[in-house]
Amino acid sequence: MSTEKKTKTIKSIKIDIEKCNGCRACEVICSAFHAMPKYSSNNPARSRIRVTREPIRDVYVPVYAGDYVVAECAGRDKYIIDGKEYDECTFCRASCPSRDLFKEPDSGLPLKCDMCEGEDEPLCVKWCRVDALTYEEREEEIGEEEVSVDEAETGLEALVNKHGIDKVADIIAQISKAKQ
Amino acid sequence: MRYAETGINLEIDLTRGSIEKVATDPRDTELYLGGLGTNTKIMWDRVPPETEPFSPDNLLIFGTGLLCGTPATGCNRTIVSTISPQTELMAFSMMGGFWAPELKYAGYDKVILSGKSPELVYLWIHDDKVEIRDAAHLKGKGAVETAELLKQELNDSQVQVAAIGMAGESRVFYASIEQGRSSASRGGIGAVMGDKGVKAIVVRGTKDVNVAEPAEYIGLCGEVLDYIKHRETNPIPGVMPILAGLGSPQEMKVHDEKWHTENFMWGNSRERKRDYWNEEIEKEWTETLENARTRLVSCFNCPMECGATISMPGLPTYMMKCFTKLTYTMGAFSNLDFGLRIAQKATEYGVDGFSCPQVMAFALELLENGILKDEDFPGMPEDNEGRFFYLLDMIVRREGIGDLLANGTYWAAKEIGNGAEAYAHNNIKKTEQLPLKLSMLNPVYFLMYATGEKMNITQIEGQFPQAPFATKEEREAFVSDWIQVPDEKFKQILLDWEFRGENSNPYYPTVEMSCDIVDWQETMHYIDDALGQCAGLSSFPLKPPYHIHNYPKFISAGAGIEMDQAKLTQAAKRYRTLVRAVNISRGMRRKDEKPPANHWKKRFPELEEELLDAYYKLKGWNNDGIPTTESLHELGLDYVSDAFIERGILTDGEDTSGNEAVATENL
Repeated sequence: MSTEKKTKTIKSIKIDIEKCNGCRACEVICSAFHAMPKYSSNNPARSRIRVTREPIRDVYVPVYAGDYVVAECAGRDKYIIDGKEYDECTFCRASCPSRDLFKEPDSGLPLKCDMCEGEDEPLCVKWCRVDALTYEEREEEIGEEEVSVDEAETGLEALVNKHGIDKVADIIAQISKAKQ
Repeated sequence: MRYAETGINLEIDLTRGSIEKVATDPRDTELYLGGLGTNTKIMWDRVPPETEPFSPDNLLIFGTGLLCGTPATGCNRTIVSTISPQTELMAFSMMGGFWAPELKYAGYDKVILSGKSPELVYLWIHDDKVEIRDAAHLKGKGAVETAELLKQELNDSQVQVAAIGMAGESRVFYASIEQGRSSASRGGIGAVMGDKGVKAIVVRGTKDVNVAEPAEYIGLCGEVLDYIKHRETNPIPGVMPILAGLGSPQEMKVHDEKWHTENFMWGNSRERKRDYWNEEIEKEWTETLENARTRLVSCFNCPMECGATISMPGLPTYMMKCFTKLTYTMGAFSNLDFGLRIAQKATEYGVDGFSCPQVMAFALELLENGILKDEDFPGMPEDNEGRFFYLLDMIVRREGIGDLLANGTYWAAKEIGNGAEAYAHNNIKKTEQLPLKLSMLNPVYFLMYATGEKMNITQIEGQFPQAPFATKEEREAFVSDWIQVPDEKFKQILLDWEFRGENSNPYYPTVEMSCDIVDWQETMHYIDDALGQCAGLSSFPLKPPYHIHNYPKFISAGAGIEMDQAKLTQAAKRYRTLVRAVNISRGMRRKDEKPPANHWKKRFPELEEELLDAYYKLKGWNNDGIPTTESLHELGLDYVSDAFIERGILTDGEDTSGNEAVATENL
């Protein structure tokens, strides 16, 4: 095995919550971009970025969809920042059983931010005209080859967790039969 | 498949407690677009002219604009239509915020309320689930407070709430419907909501809104965003700062209030303070606003920051937009600290920020002049600011003199009598106007004030500069990138317009030019109101990103309705005429179309008549302001002329003067 260190590009979106005006343009363009066909529909509930927005308490937190998790956290902490109380979940990226965030509204399948693959920059950044979201890339060393998990696998795993492996296997068998 | 719209209206009969989901006719969308257009069609079809505002037969329609819920920047308005208790005509106040897109995502274009609930209720619309719920525990609560309580009760911070405060519950004639940082304030629609026994409508939606041609549509949206950026970096030179950029006047951002405080009137629209603004006041007001303002905020999908979160020491937080910043301050001859404090209460109570301060100042004028007596104001504090807080409380509870004042200056003066009517001096069609008193008649503004049916000058003006540019160079620079004009002739009018001499007010722009300018400005507002587009990015500012040349493309690509400039102009004319038809059938006539007598010092009665004659003609209305059978036919509104003939408003074959028609009516 080679000892040469490998690097990978880390794409990151810097979120400045002081600048967020709570308009949710990020949610609008995200859901449009990921619609099938592209831009054919809009629905913030399907967006992979959501803004927790509580104007009266001055809470504005855009957060991106991360990984699917099977179980919710055992306890939930609270943070107090600049005198404002935030639930831990406000910053959490997980598509998790405790909430309906980052799930397809119809199927319940988990959603995950893909940084708008194929575009120059994530479209939420492009549509955020108050600069609460900015895009950065940086190189980072990695130890070992990463295993990529594709969308279909993530989706199937979620279904397995929800309905059990037997039922999903059953349905797949039925569908394959019908298709053949 | 329906595009941009959902094709479903929610029909809620509050008397029976029934909820129905009704599919709408796509042909109506083609003829009346959506929002105000289709609201008006429903008002015409279902609310007969004899219907009283507080009758169970009156409808209260919350209509989303046709393009709300699509990615079109700033397209987020709810158009609320009903018969107004204040004017007894059709009101169609609008609100931005987040409510309209949420309703679309829940799967509905409109919520149509009829009947009356015997108990105070709220509506909970969550996708397919729609419920009428008990709101006894919310009685008397503030509008902002109600929204927060409902979010807790439903355990969902993502719901959008439109609510009334105590003013709506008490049926104050200028009660508003509040929704986050926005409100639908004009015409007392909050009073109708209160009369129907509805405290709030809560919405949450998780469904798709589709567009017909995705690639084309997103391209148009991108162009709009780019143009907004262009306008941000290129403010219009030679006009006052609030007219140089886009959005509502950026009242929450600016500290320099010289222009408003020295040009608008103080008190009951009485006194102009020409040398009011100075360094000391600027310093004090800047401090007040900076300490109070937590954040500049926007409506749904819009980068403009026209509102702000305001936290005054010791008072609950609220959100403020636009000119309410100054209306209470100036109505009470006070300062910004007072203005922001009382606006907090006023927002919770839910009252119109234009009318309410004038009504209170009017009451104190009547007291000063002996028309009302000390005993009419039992327990009123001695200090000026305290009196305004006292009056506000009396009004929203309809207690004592507050019961009269709750009906606005027009109706209160009528009831009080004894010369009080002279003090209700700033009304058009029974509605308090912006406190402006000027010198020379402006023909364009004369027509807008006289014929507007939205009761607010800001809802008809825009597009064409308010005053000429001083130099030829400035004018040429202005028209050089004026892409928004519907016709090149408007550029020449501006190029030739001077401050003094032959080509100046009141005879220039000429009668014909004035009519064209007003028609253009009004048409753009009516288009916005059907599409749900905020006027702040469209019909209100100079050189906006939305205009008559890109709107048809938005409608084609968004809603899948084939559209061009001529067809869109015709559609806007159709439902604009239908608004007039509703009001004509309720008795509105030429006699009602006049700005306050003291709006300008220098008046020109003959010219004013000429302006009205010419404008009515351009609009296809007869000399009494009634749409003619011929013009109604051209617009496909034969059903209106049939009704007019049946009711004796028009006679068969008549198309000139209403007065003559009555005189020569063939019996």
